[in-house]
Amino acid sequence: MSEPDTKCRPAIAHGMRLQWEAAQEAHVLLYPEGMVKLNSSAGAIMSRCDGVRTLADIVADLERTYGLTGLGADVSAFVALALEKHWLELRE
Amino acid sequence: MSTGTPIGHALSAPNAAAAAAAGAPIPAGAARPQPGPPLWLLLELTYRCPLHCVFCYNPTEFARVAAELPTAEWIRVLSEARALGAVQLGLSGGEPLVRDDLETIVAAAHDLGYYINLITSGVGMTEARIKALKAAGLDHIQLSFQDSTREMNDFLSSTRTFELKSQVAALIRAYDYPMVLNVVLHRLNIDHVGEILAMAQALGAQYVELANTQYYGWAWLNREQLLPSRAQLERAEAVTQRFRERVGARMQIYFVVPDYFETRPKACMSGLGSVFLAIAPDGTAMPCHAARMLPGLDLPNVRHAGIRAIWYDSPAFNRFRGESWMKEPCRSCPERSRDFGGCRCQAYLLTGDADNADPVCDLSPHHGLVMAAVARAESAVAAAPRERVLRFRDHRSSIKVVAGEPPGG
Repeated sequence: MSEPDTKCRPAIAHGMRLQWEAAQEAHVLLYPEGMVKLNSSAGAIMSRCDGVRTLADIVADLERTYGLTGLGADVSAFVALALEKHWLELRE
Repeated sequence: MSTGTPIGHALSAPNAAAAAAAGAPIPAGAARPQPGPPLWLLLELTYRCPLHCVFCYNPTEFARVAAELPTAEWIRVLSEARALGAVQLGLSGGEPLVRDDLETIVAAAHDLGYYINLITSGVGMTEARIKALKAAGLDHIQLSFQDSTREMNDFLSSTRTFELKSQVAALIRAYDYPMVLNVVLHRLNIDHVGEILAMAQALGAQYVELANTQYYGWAWLNREQLLPSRAQLERAEAVTQRFRERVGARMQIYFVVPDYFETRPKACMSGLGSVFLAIAPDGTAMPCHAARMLPGLDLPNVRHAGIRAIWYDSPAFNRFRGESWMKEPCRSCPERSRDFGGCRCQAYLLTGDADNADPVCDLSPHHGLVMAAVARAESAVAAAPRERVLRFRDHRSSIKVVAGEPPGG
């Protein structure tokens, strides 16, 4: 699993939908045969993957929002995993 | 988390989906845990269908089922279930396209925030309809395969059925949906799995589910003719594997083994009343597609009760929650919180008691019934079928079932 480039623009994969579900108090990723309930960090990352922002933008936004630093490696690892699972895809 | 297996076909139980949606396993010894929401809603909009599949799971008594719910009632069901937390929506039947209010139902579901999957044979799909469905917010289409003999022969010989599927597949791709094909396998078509995959590729399928028949409804009636032999199954799996290696990631193929060949049961619906709610055409609410057959289960109807009361309070939906209903060997089994004793309908069909362990489990004292069915399949395949007494799912046969007569060939 290769590290995604910080300039890449991840987006929710085609045919999938991310939405907040109040009943589950979580972001869920919906696809034809199921649903993945995301934990809060995965939800925070995925909800910023709009195909416009770069990975670097997303990391910066998360660090700013949560008042943290050094999130780059963790976010990058999650995005790599989500790409592998076809939850995310990269936009040019 | 998902197993990644696409299910949700009208003809197979959405176990993977339910498993994906399930929360933490029920703690051992819990008598009646507070259930979570009915995350997965399936509306069987109609039992009407232009096809007559021998493996259909629809109840053999469907001819007795009263009038279908009107549009406004379906929309009320959608709204009430959504308020409880339902989010995955399957629209199936019968053939859902025979309802001319399908677009209205889809639009209402979309506005409520459902993720909507249409499970269709493609019969009745036109450009005007797919365009309207897309505009209404339909998220996904699963094109299903039908009749094992006539339609499949037709498909494999590139005639009428192949033409229909090609047209519908082209529409699905043109309207930017992933092309997902579901084929139900059984003794009479499993040897053609190579040709089936080649045809699926010719249709531009990106995902193919090869789902072995599950034995409920019409399929149960035809089980002695449909259950494949182990050798057939192994050959089909090997052919599928070679095909996978050849086409690579362009086509994802899922092969669902029939549970008769397993030694542990499926975690059916992640436990009845856990995440899955199905509504039959007449408004009967069911904790699984086939639950109508279970004796003594007084299934509520959405015409008379709200979804909240049905899901949380009705005796039928509480009947198999928790573990207090279990008998040995399930009751003391360390695996009971993983598989919930398997399928209640299969336990009932094979042993006559829905509280028994699913006989697929080799810890069940009735496992011999499953092995015997497999053994009969072995000898039937070895003897080569001279005679096929298949009961096609049609109205005439269903009326006979209702009347207590043999449904005929």
